[in-house]
Amino acid sequence: MSDVNGNGKFLVGIYDDDDVVLKAVKDVKTAGVRIHEVYSPFPIHGLDVALGHPRTRLGIAAFLFGLSGTTTALLLTAYTESFDWPMIVGGKDSYSPIVYVPIIFELTVLFCALGMVGTFLVSNGLGPTVKPLMYDLRTTDNKFAMTIDLSKNTIGEGDIEQILRKSGAAEVNIKQF
Amino acid sequence: MASAHAIPSLDEEFEFTAESKRRLIIGIGAGVALVAIGAYLLASGAGSHETHEVAHAAGGHEGHEAGHHAYKWTNRLWANVWLNAVYFTGASVIGMFFLSYNYLAQAGWSSAFKRIPEAMPAFLPFTGIAILAVFLIAGHDLFHWTHPGLYDPSSPEFDPIINGKKGFLNTPFYLIRIVLYFGLWYGLWRLLRNFSLQEDLYGGTDYYEKSIKFGTAFLVVFGVTSSTSAWDFVMSIDTHWFSTMFGWYTLASWHVTGLAIITLTVVTLKERGYLKIVNESHLHDLGKFMFAFSIFWTYVWFAQFMLIYYANLPEETIYYRERFSGYGGIYKAPFFINLILNFVFPFLVLMTRDAKRTYIFLKLAAWGIIVGHYFDFYTNIMPGTVGEHGGFGPIEFGMILIFACGFVWSLSNQLTKANLIPKNHPMLEESLHHDI
Repeated sequence: MSDVNGNGKFLVGIYDDDDVVLKAVKDVKTAGVRIHEVYSPFPIHGLDVALGHPRTRLGIAAFLFGLSGTTTALLLTAYTESFDWPMIVGGKDSYSPIVYVPIIFELTVLFCALGMVGTFLVSNGLGPTVKPLMYDLRTTDNKFAMTIDLSKNTIGEGDIEQILRKSGAAEVNIKQF
Repeated sequence: MASAHAIPSLDEEFEFTAESKRRLIIGIGAGVALVAIGAYLLASGAGSHETHEVAHAAGGHEGHEAGHHAYKWTNRLWANVWLNAVYFTGASVIGMFFLSYNYLAQAGWSSAFKRIPEAMPAFLPFTGIAILAVFLIAGHDLFHWTHPGLYDPSSPEFDPIINGKKGFLNTPFYLIRIVLYFGLWYGLWRLLRNFSLQEDLYGGTDYYEKSIKFGTAFLVVFGVTSSTSAWDFVMSIDTHWFSTMFGWYTLASWHVTGLAIITLTVVTLKERGYLKIVNESHLHDLGKFMFAFSIFWTYVWFAQFMLIYYANLPEETIYYRERFSGYGGIYKAPFFINLILNFVFPFLVLMTRDAKRTYIFLKLAAWGIIVGHYFDFYTNIMPGTVGEHGGFGPIEFGMILIFACGFVWSLSNQLTKANLIPKNHPMLEESLHHDI
């Protein structure tokens, strides 16, 4: 989401439970610490609100990808049926859009889906040649990690560690990229 | 976050105020007066000059159904009763449908407002009686297939196509089916309703388990009867024409109407201070339901239309021809109002997340759908029953008023009979914390 190619020093608080991490987010924020991101093996309900993320703009992206599909389908059917090789089928005009609604619909869905897969890869910094940033490998299994970018916080490292531990972190590690 | 709001009291008694009763009685009275005025105008032949022109312009489009004997003005009266009875039958039975699939899916979120769909099917006996009465009184005028000559090879009226449908379309079997539909729907609803009321008193999960069983039984019954009743109530009017998607199409229409009525009732009750435990997330889900099933209805409508348009077979295209340009084009406006109110309008109004959480947008969309699907049944029923004599006059508005006020009366009356929140429903806890 945010800084995927961040370099610098991070504090990584490891939590055992999703309820604890959700509450910890509020506590840590109240203590005045800027949280970089929270990593979880599964979606946690209400986490985006607690972190204060702005409303996602994925809907706009999906709409634009869909629109590109609609346009492509309209141009494709209009070009092939009216210019390239005009045909009369079933007594219809050589171009009657109603007949092509299924094609227009399907291409809209296809472009939207493929576009969103691409968006997912780009926004998460994933891809065949990209080495993903991994704060703690266990967040893909059963642990929850809260990461804190030290360069973006004015509070000292030791104090933040105390705040994290107080909020319920089972361990606090340092990760340097 | 669920923990952010305190859980309000679960004891809510709905009060059917004298003021509301007075308004509904005035509504029904106004409806009766309008129908009387409309009937007087039709009987005395006012506006006949207009229909004559229309009849000329219509040409031979409706020729294949010309078996209607001399047109009587009462046809339009009975066609209106039929139209409203079919529409409100759907609106009522969808309450049971909604309950049943929520039981089958063991859905928890909907239990907070489940008394509302639970109250809807109470209107079924009235629409059932209306349907039976219209068929017995005016069946011959509305349904071409009831004419005995069609099945007699020696008669000049003999019609081999309709004769081929004799096994299904004959008066005794038709009457048996109508009684069966209403008997099964209403009977199964009474069972579920009783379980629900006893659950309020005694608690436990026994009633819940039984409701799942009988709800599933209803879904099996409704899976068949929703299609066959659509053929009986609507498709058999245009006896020659058929569409294999028609049952599905009518179910989609009924379903989205029922969802709009549930949403509108929930929002109205909330505005009056009831249903405090229903939160924004419930409303959001109801909005999604209306949005999704408006699109579903459009999908079925379009699939049916496009196949007929593309195949271009005369015996199929006549159906759309009659509605689009037949009878002097009087059904062209309802045809497009239907599409705009049932697809374009809810699609645009309910598109955003915020709209699905805002009372005014939900109400707008729900009203659009409720009115729009009246036009859906209007365009399906009227051309085949009254043809060029159709239109929009006092008789149409009056009949809508009578049925709508009756429906609201029946719904409100049922709501007073139980606590508005099913206190002992095992899934209520989940519904209280519903958060999306």
